[in-house]
Amino acid sequence: MTCFRLSVVLCAFVALPSVSAPISPADDRRNFIEFFEQRFPGVPTDDYAYGALIASPGGREQYEQIMEFPPFLGDIEKGRRIWATRFRNGTTFASCFPNGGRDVVGNYPYFDETLGELVTFENALNACLRANGEAEFSYGDRQSMGVLTAYARTLSDGMRINVRVDSPAALTKYLAGREFFFRRIGQINGACAGCHLYNAGRIMRMEVISPVLGQAAHWPIFRGGQELMTFQGRFKRCMEQMRAVPYGYNSDEFNSLEYFLTYLSNGLPLKSSVFRK
Amino acid sequence: MASQATASRRLGGTVVAVCTALNTMLAAAVDADPATGRNLAHDIYKGNCLACHQIPGDPNAVTSANIGPPLAAMRQRFPDRALLRNQIWDPTLRNPQTVMPPFGKHGILTEQEIDLVVEYLYQY
Repeated sequence: MTCFRLSVVLCAFVALPSVSAPISPADDRRNFIEFFEQRFPGVPTDDYAYGALIASPGGREQYEQIMEFPPFLGDIEKGRRIWATRFRNGTTFASCFPNGGRDVVGNYPYFDETLGELVTFENALNACLRANGEAEFSYGDRQSMGVLTAYARTLSDGMRINVRVDSPAALTKYLAGREFFFRRIGQINGACAGCHLYNAGRIMRMEVISPVLGQAAHWPIFRGGQELMTFQGRFKRCMEQMRAVPYGYNSDEFNSLEYFLTYLSNGLPLKSSVFRK
Repeated sequence: MASQATASRRLGGTVVAVCTALNTMLAAAVDADPATGRNLAHDIYKGNCLACHQIPGDPNAVTSANIGPPLAAMRQRFPDRALLRNQIWDPTLRNPQTVMPPFGKHGILTEQEIDLVVEYLYQY
């Protein structure tokens, strides 16, 4: 099984040689950054947190204007109310996080060595509900988990992403996410890398394709200013667009991909929650 | 016996004649109606060519795409029509790293639909 997985990973590197096999996640990340420094000369690293907007100056202006009075503040307020509502035992979500939940999101996902599992920020919110005797939220439900993260992530706005891969078990998750990133899927036969690495900044029909570097830094997004879309919700949409059967929210596959992508964006400032076309 | 053989020959001749006529009609339909190939090429659930390619010769092909090369001078680029057809059927054969979907191999387009798209593109 390990051999099989290793061979799959190696094949991915051989088939797409521009990004060489990672000696370590740190070297891997450096290779991705160098690739994009050549693709987008002169773009300050922090700007990658703006996603596709780095390659569409008009889009950036529109973004700045809409972000002055975002049309999605109602959803953020719904999330704030959930965040502030007392559990039956009298505590709130803030009690589950250091610093009352301010500047915490950049540490997620992390690998919990005791559980042997990745813990996403959404997992931590559900763990908080569980620990306080409350029913967990459904990961794909916009009206509960969706708006809650849309608010809770704003408390970490500007925090620099700081995801760690510190053990062989954690590395296995990182490599699983990386393998998925390069894997062709569905009837369309597309891989994440095909668009968001090799064609990042180019135009698909009328839209600029976002670079993978920075993709983890700006969730959730409100498409058209209204439609709440979480990071893993976007994974699902991408898989559907490839005409593949999508994995579920909080699946091992999605959590590993989120871990890999968030690690690549280490050091970038979080921007939550944001408008996208 | 002899008359039976003659009848059967006549029948065979008729079948051949009808088939030939049908083929001619079909071919004529294809030639006369490149819009069908155009529709397939532009349809986002079918060819979806405009997601990645510009087609400078077709004023109806509205797109800003720049992922694949513009679809122009197709006869010069693919003097052998079969190569263009292969490229649409499974482009990974020519370039294993391509992001272009294998329209025939993965059944995104039927064999006939690929022929129509080839017909459409070959105009430009």
